[in-house]
Amino acid sequence: MAAYMITSTLRRVLLVAKHASFQSRCCVASSRVQYSTVYDSNEKTFDKILIANRGEIACRVMKTCKKMGIKTVAVHSDVDASAVHVKMADEAVCVGPAPTNKSYLNMDAIMDAIRKTGSQAVHPGYGFLSENKEFAKRLAAEDVVFIGPDTHAIHAMGDKIESKLLAKAANVNVIPGFDGVVEVSYTVNMVVLATTFCKFMIVLATNQTGSTFNSFRLSSQEAASSFGDDRLLIEKFVDNPRHIEIQVLADKHGNALWLNERECSIQRRNQKVVEEAPSTFLDPETRRAMGEQAVQLAKAVQYSSAGTVEFLVDSNKNFYFLEMNTRLQVEHPITECITGLDLVQQMIRVAKGFPLLHKQEDIPINGWAIESRVYAEDPYKSFGLPSIGRLSQYQEPIHLPKVRVDSGIQEGSDISIYYDPMISKLVTYGATRAEALQRMEAALDNYVIRGVTHNIPLLREIITHPRFISGDITTNFLPEEYPEGFKGHQLTSEGRRELVATAAALYVSAQLRSQRFLGNLRVSTTPQEQRQWELCVELEKGSHTVAVSRSGSTFTVEVDGVTVEVSGEWNLASALLPVTINRTPRVLQCLSRDAGGDITLQYLGTQFKVRVLSQLVSTLSAHMPEKVPEDTSSILRSPMPGSVVAVSVKPGDVVAEGQEICVIEAMKMQNSLIAAKAAKVKSVHCKAGETVGEGDLLVQLE
Amino acid sequence: YTHIYTHRQSVAQSEVQEQSRRWYSVSHLSVQERIDRKRNAALIGGGQKRIDAQHKRGKLTARERVELLLDKDSFVECDMFVEHRCSDFGMEEDHNKFAGDSVVTGQGRINGRLVYVFSQDFTVFGGSLSGAHAQKICKIMDQAMMVGAPVIGLNDSGGARIQEGVESLAGYADIFLRNVMASGVVPQISLIMGPCAGGAVYSPALTDFTFMVKDTSYLFITGPDVVKSVTNEDVTQEELGGAKTHTAVSGVAHRAFENDIDALLNLRNFFNFLPLSNQDPAPVTECHDPSDRLVPGLDTIVPFETTKAYDMLDIIQGIADEREFFEIMPNYAKNIVVGFARMNGRTVGIVGNQPKVASGCLDINSSVKGARFVRFCDAFNIPILTFVDVPGFLPGTSQEYGGIIRHGAKLLFAFAEATVPKITIITRKAYGGAYDVMSSKHLRGDVNYAWPSAEVAVMGAKGAVQIIFRGKSNQAEQEAEYVEKFANPFPAAVRGFVDDIIVPSTTRKRICRDLEVLASKKQTNPWKKHANIPL
Repeated sequence: MAAYMITSTLRRVLLVAKHASFQSRCCVASSRVQYSTVYDSNEKTFDKILIANRGEIACRVMKTCKKMGIKTVAVHSDVDASAVHVKMADEAVCVGPAPTNKSYLNMDAIMDAIRKTGSQAVHPGYGFLSENKEFAKRLAAEDVVFIGPDTHAIHAMGDKIESKLLAKAANVNVIPGFDGVVEVSYTVNMVVLATTFCKFMIVLATNQTGSTFNSFRLSSQEAASSFGDDRLLIEKFVDNPRHIEIQVLADKHGNALWLNERECSIQRRNQKVVEEAPSTFLDPETRRAMGEQAVQLAKAVQYSSAGTVEFLVDSNKNFYFLEMNTRLQVEHPITECITGLDLVQQMIRVAKGFPLLHKQEDIPINGWAIESRVYAEDPYKSFGLPSIGRLSQYQEPIHLPKVRVDSGIQEGSDISIYYDPMISKLVTYGATRAEALQRMEAALDNYVIRGVTHNIPLLREIITHPRFISGDITTNFLPEEYPEGFKGHQLTSEGRRELVATAAALYVSAQLRSQRFLGNLRVSTTPQEQRQWELCVELEKGSHTVAVSRSGSTFTVEVDGVTVEVSGEWNLASALLPVTINRTPRVLQCLSRDAGGDITLQYLGTQFKVRVLSQLVSTLSAHMPEKVPEDTSSILRSPMPGSVVAVSVKPGDVVAEGQEICVIEAMKMQNSLIAAKAAKVKSVHCKAGETVGEGDLLVQLE
Repeated sequence: YTHIYTHRQSVAQSEVQEQSRRWYSVSHLSVQERIDRKRNAALIGGGQKRIDAQHKRGKLTARERVELLLDKDSFVECDMFVEHRCSDFGMEEDHNKFAGDSVVTGQGRINGRLVYVFSQDFTVFGGSLSGAHAQKICKIMDQAMMVGAPVIGLNDSGGARIQEGVESLAGYADIFLRNVMASGVVPQISLIMGPCAGGAVYSPALTDFTFMVKDTSYLFITGPDVVKSVTNEDVTQEELGGAKTHTAVSGVAHRAFENDIDALLNLRNFFNFLPLSNQDPAPVTECHDPSDRLVPGLDTIVPFETTKAYDMLDIIQGIADEREFFEIMPNYAKNIVVGFARMNGRTVGIVGNQPKVASGCLDINSSVKGARFVRFCDAFNIPILTFVDVPGFLPGTSQEYGGIIRHGAKLLFAFAEATVPKITIITRKAYGGAYDVMSSKHLRGDVNYAWPSAEVAVMGAKGAVQIIFRGKSNQAEQEAEYVEKFANPFPAAVRGFVDDIIVPSTTRKRICRDLEVLASKKQTNPWKKHANIPL
């Protein structure tokens, strides 16, 4: 099978494409957010705001607009015509076809939409045009308010190198390193570099010339294609780094506040996965020092609006400025949860020119908030490769207390290759971190997502990992804890028994139900309903002898001699399967159940395939022929949907093991697919520029 | 004293019995012993060696199959003592006689409901069909029809018993006749679990459903050897008559399963959809899925561009109880989807055009596939739900030469003659003659709905404009006019050809409610010997 270059050999050297930009596409449909903020209807801001974004963040902004009595205008691409953010808006304008550069990045069309709808202001969300100074300029030229900082601040903070110089001047701690652009030739012998948190950062080992070359090429290509800038930045590498950022809020009257920190260390491929506020790592002094430096920087660039100053914090609580994001961050809800502020409302007020109402001492840390980014991606491949599909079933766990879900999709929505695969941001909060975590566990277990592969297995493992619970995390958490890649929840022997017992009980419930016909007089009047079952349950290549006895809705299941008691409603139509196992309540999910006894259950976040057989079936199964699975070493299939950037081989070529065969790009990320063995190329089934689906045959070897 | 006497007497009696038994064991067995021996012999069919060989092929024995298919301990066997009557070619010798011959027959229960079963025993003369074998099958079929219960045949037979000559052929014909007589009276299902060749194939072909087991079952008129000698074609058994061929290419089989066990367990599941006979209503099972459940995903499923495809299965699974849909012929004529589901516990037959394949057009194969399914449902009191998104019949010489006119007429005929409750939902296109065919109001549809995305017209805008405004220039404008007029549900709704225009997410709720109302529907066709469907 193909291995993925990008994930290989991360160590000492970092090549850094400048300037991270998220092309995020999902939006907010949240439940009972508890802002302490008052929406003052006498404070006149705007009549109509256009939201130049889609998905989750567009919905999030519209929510606040509605509360403030502001009319909203959505823009959308043609494939998004029935998206949630379009339905939620008062007006909607189509700005082009699906590809983002033709729609959500299409400034001409968006300017037209603004004129056509008479919008007075534009909220850019994050990604897309949110940090585009050209866009801000064009808005200013037409007297339309850009809800964000002014062009000067965007420009100053937009360049990684310039922003470092500015920060240094404002007495903000910066990482020692080169303060300039480094020309990197192909024969690099690179020194230690530092990290930033952009999407396209690539880490290389100096001692692997081949892969250095490859990665350099990939990173500069990506940088050029994404940002039109292939300069690379080289900095000191910080050991055991944590990514902690300070939310700032500033107005146009020289006031600036720091709204505490967000810990964003849990990342995969330099994209955040789980965030929390506050951080377990900061003491009040460090927090204040970081907050004050962040405010200094904001004031130094005459910042107004909400912004985020990112720091890298080492194990001795030394912190270094990384960059400032001049927009609303994806993870802003956790700050809202602990401070009670509505950041979007504040941005709108500030944009209109109102001064901040709060003083620094008004900013509390109320309890703890955790955010999990729920993505449509396969966590078993490089901690998450995009997956696409139609959400055939979708239920957010908003029936649970202290849960906020920001999403821009609903049952029936398509997750397409055109946009970011984020499904939602799942936020839980509580008085303590333990409470917030416990609510997150429950929320993940109650979250029903069908039709696309999602990363809930990974999220749930992270938030229940002892090291995460202890707060001892760094940005290397995932590769350190899962050096062989993520493999899902590892069952303990007790967990195994719980799972086997639940599957057996579910099987028996279904069997009993299939004998219940309503009003049919021709069903045999069997003397007594069966009360005992002898079963064989297969799970992960292990086989268990199981005896089940039933009393009402409680099943006593003996698994390999150990008794497990499972009770529940056994509603066979429900996606959720709430049960009580040995007096512990748990929520499992039943993903599929077929006539052959195969049951797929989601247990502790991970999906397990269980096969429940009667003793008779189990005995006779020995005679069934083994079906030989397809040999995959000579077949290269696309690991995800995307487009083919380059094909490096043609039929008849001889490839070495590990040689690059082709490059697939999805969500602006390039993946190099390599040969799993040395062989001759038999046939090539794709060409550059083509769109391929997950599992499509790309190249066949002999 | 009395005690001792009694004891002596009993000793004496037992000695006599003992003696007589010993005596019989030398030359004659007691009747009880003979019964036991025959029963035991019947239980092992062709003997352990052949059973092992059967297992080695990845197949189960006839009895193991019956045991898996039926509820525990419910099988009541019939004709265990029947033996073949052939006396030629040494067949009369004792070692060539097998109790029960090469088939196991009887009745039993699947989830408590009665079913008659025959299971051919490949370990006895390769499961070949003797006169006695046929007689056993006919006997249970006769009884099944009398009491009104389905017949399931588990086929695993090398073909005719050549030693018996015409008697074997007569046996086939006797079965064929019963298949025909039972057709439409009780459901008949064939599960091909080994070879089924020559004349034998016509029994499964006459039954309502033919299922196959992948890799171990074959159906063909003549095997690869004969094919080679007659037409000089080189073809393997699998290519000629394997599960893949018949489920994807010929349309002879309705579905294939991984192995014997998978097939039998799925058959149990499938059986729960069927009524026991044409006198019984479609079964209603306990249902946990609320009948008024909204399906929000349906509101966005039909794409805005009328040329873009979507998956009709998403709609079907969305509305069905517990998303369960037992699809019939999933790999054949995929431009139409047919199969069984439940609505509020009640079995329904679902027919839907599949926009994902060939735009969901009707062609020869999809018409025949749909027609046969509709007729089954009508014969067995199963309400029919029809989801319509059809651009028309497929044009072209291959279709015309193949007789699309007479094959398309089959589907039209089937929908028109059906008297079971018929509910139709037009999700998007309903163009031309295909609109009429797909269970339209005009063919006695009981409830016909249109989604807001429905377009009922003679043809699409482009073609229509070319005809209506032939030779005129501003085509785009005229197309727009046509779309405005016809690309919506109003023309049909104002004429009452659809009963309502409904919000897609409410489809399940409405269908469940309508089915409850229509449960007592009574409609009869004029008396006739039988209709003359255009075969």
